[in-house]
Amino acid sequence: MSSIILRSVSLVSEQIVDLLITDGRITAIGRDLPSAEIEINCEGLLLLPGFVDLHTHLREPGKENAETVLTGSQSAVRGGFTAISAMANTFPVADTAGVVEQVWRLGKSAGLCDVYPIGAVSEGLEGNKLAEIGAMADSIANVRIFSDDGKCVSDPLLMRRALEYVKRFGGVIAQHAQDPRLTINAQMNEGSTASELGLTGWPAVAEESIIARDILLANTVSSRLHICHVSTKGSVEILRWAKSQGMNVTAEVTPHHLILTEELAKSYDPIFKVNPPLRTQEDVIALREALADGIIDVVATDHAPHPQEDKDCEWSAAAFGMVGLETAFSILVTTMIETGLMGWDRMIEVLSTAPAKIAGYSDQGQSIEVGAFANLVIVDPKAEWVVDREMMASKSRNTPFHGMSLRGEVVHTIYRGAVVLQDRKLTGAVHG
Amino acid sequence: MKHLLSINDLSREEAIAILDTASQLETLTQGNMKKLPTLRGYTVVNLFFEDSTRTRLSFDAAAKRLSADVTNFATKGSSVSKGESLKDTAQTLQAMGADAMVIRHSASGAAVRLAESGWVDAHIINAGDGTHEHPTQALLDAFTIRKHLVDQERDFHGVRVAIVGDITHSRVARSNILLLKKLGAKVTVIAPPTLIPVGIEAWGVDYSYDFDRELEEFDVVMMLRVQLERMNEAYFPNGREYSRAYGLDDLRLNRLKKSAIVMHPGPMNRGLEISASSADSIRSVVLEQVTNGVLVRMAVLYRLLGGPELLNTGGSL
Repeated sequence: MSSIILRSVSLVSEQIVDLLITDGRITAIGRDLPSAEIEINCEGLLLLPGFVDLHTHLREPGKENAETVLTGSQSAVRGGFTAISAMANTFPVADTAGVVEQVWRLGKSAGLCDVYPIGAVSEGLEGNKLAEIGAMADSIANVRIFSDDGKCVSDPLLMRRALEYVKRFGGVIAQHAQDPRLTINAQMNEGSTASELGLTGWPAVAEESIIARDILLANTVSSRLHICHVSTKGSVEILRWAKSQGMNVTAEVTPHHLILTEELAKSYDPIFKVNPPLRTQEDVIALREALADGIIDVVATDHAPHPQEDKDCEWSAAAFGMVGLETAFSILVTTMIETGLMGWDRMIEVLSTAPAKIAGYSDQGQSIEVGAFANLVIVDPKAEWVVDREMMASKSRNTPFHGMSLRGEVVHTIYRGAVVLQDRKLTGAVHG
Repeated sequence: MKHLLSINDLSREEAIAILDTASQLETLTQGNMKKLPTLRGYTVVNLFFEDSTRTRLSFDAAAKRLSADVTNFATKGSSVSKGESLKDTAQTLQAMGADAMVIRHSASGAAVRLAESGWVDAHIINAGDGTHEHPTQALLDAFTIRKHLVDQERDFHGVRVAIVGDITHSRVARSNILLLKKLGAKVTVIAPPTLIPVGIEAWGVDYSYDFDRELEEFDVVMMLRVQLERMNEAYFPNGREYSRAYGLDDLRLNRLKKSAIVMHPGPMNRGLEISASSADSIRSVVLEQVTNGVLVRMAVLYRLLGGPELLNTGGSL
């Protein structure tokens, strides 16, 4: 494999170095290193470990008109991700070793980033009977995260058993916290805005009550719980309490919940329809603070591609979800770095090291040092750019950020030593 | 004004201008001329995705009395369940030629979506969207209240209106609250706590769980239709209990102010939210509401489509 020099790249320590990559690993860091086959001038750019997403909908198998493992990988690389986690709500559902192995292989053949399948907790995501969790864990896909995302594991007994069952191999249950009975036909955050708009409210307590229950369950059986897409201030308070008790729970927040609010629903444009729903400004502020101070551990995109027809309709008929891989980093710079809420060290934690640790992706989220795998992203922290949905690598266009000006841009992405994104463009290079 | 999607689209002056136009149309059509040539050559499409014979017939009559051509499209259930999207349906009818589209849809925001998505360029009139709004109902209600209780000075100030029933799911309540507030009336909504919308504090109306508390104070008592299926969703235990606490029964009817009127958007559940004698009493203006509905809808169509200047409307639309 070729050798690559990143010339004059800045580290978060503010050092400026040259960095040599050979055979997929970092082999030298220093000043004035000799030239290599590929030279990339990184003056003024910042080097970070490749981003790791714990929550990605790749839609394959089954909904290839929205996204495929390949186009999702391309979208990931555009966003600086070197590892993504394919959610289980495909058609068929990823509830058997066969399906997770298929997704895993598709990821390998795309060769742009690590694609780790997430397995379903219950058969068909129906919440009645455990899926073949052990077989998925033991498969070539080596699944460690299990989630019925899109649906909540609402039966407390099934949740308890799942938490217990994954202890055999150190797995984790990622819960989509949404009490189904409290959210029948729910469309947007419950409150005066929903009441005015005549859209069925989605109360915060539907999320918070499940989080509280599951924290207690996980603690009872000494297992690991991860909470998907935390969206309310009350959820943050419950997590704060659990962590103060030393309980083994981690949590993620999406970029869109750090910046958008329910007010956007007033347009009735379903581009803003998402699960969990956009909340209030007060929630946004609480989520930002929780991410900065570690109550929320990671940022996960919940990248949810949908074909145009699923959004080109009335609100209640539209699908929930937004694409997010290509804007995640910039939303974080805009909401967390530019505001002074957190620094670059914390950025590395929330986008790379912490998610890699939660998921056990040992090749990812490594420190930038000699011997580490070269899963790297080089960003322009000051660049200002305007989101254009037509320019996205994702197969779908359902971004709520179209036309928005954001700070911070991904410039190059290196996956296991292959330059997969250079100067903001996919190179066509692949690993393996 | 291009569309009528929400009462929020109207300034106070525009709302009054519509009521005035309706009054003038009433005068004009009371003579020999039942039908005006005003909108000859225009096509109005009634796009009804939800069962509503009354509202559709009312719009139908309104358009025809202004000599517009009317195309009716009605389908039960959502268009999606039939495999055709709102967008395709609307564009199909637009392609047949439509100057105005009157839309009734079970999805809140459907009319806004149709107007703002760029799918069609017709004038859009919201004839009820989900649990959001029903602006022409509010206008016809205001027109009716004005005829009974308000001087020629058009001022609603001091008029007290009680809206009683399932506020949470009522587009009639939402539009009426917005319009009556705009016109200066004082609104109190009355319902069991389960049927008062979350966040009502932000609406700028009084609310109460007790129908009997200020019963003698109201000038208008507007009863809303209660859907019995709400029982199964645990909003209230059963019809009897609802009726005892929130029904306009004979006892309550007799306690009303002498000048008070009783309104209902229809169709009524006699014996549930309103007793038969209340519905048929001298205070009841339910049938007048129906008559006025045609006039107000004529006024809306006339003002939106901007027909030839046949009337001195006193407003500018």
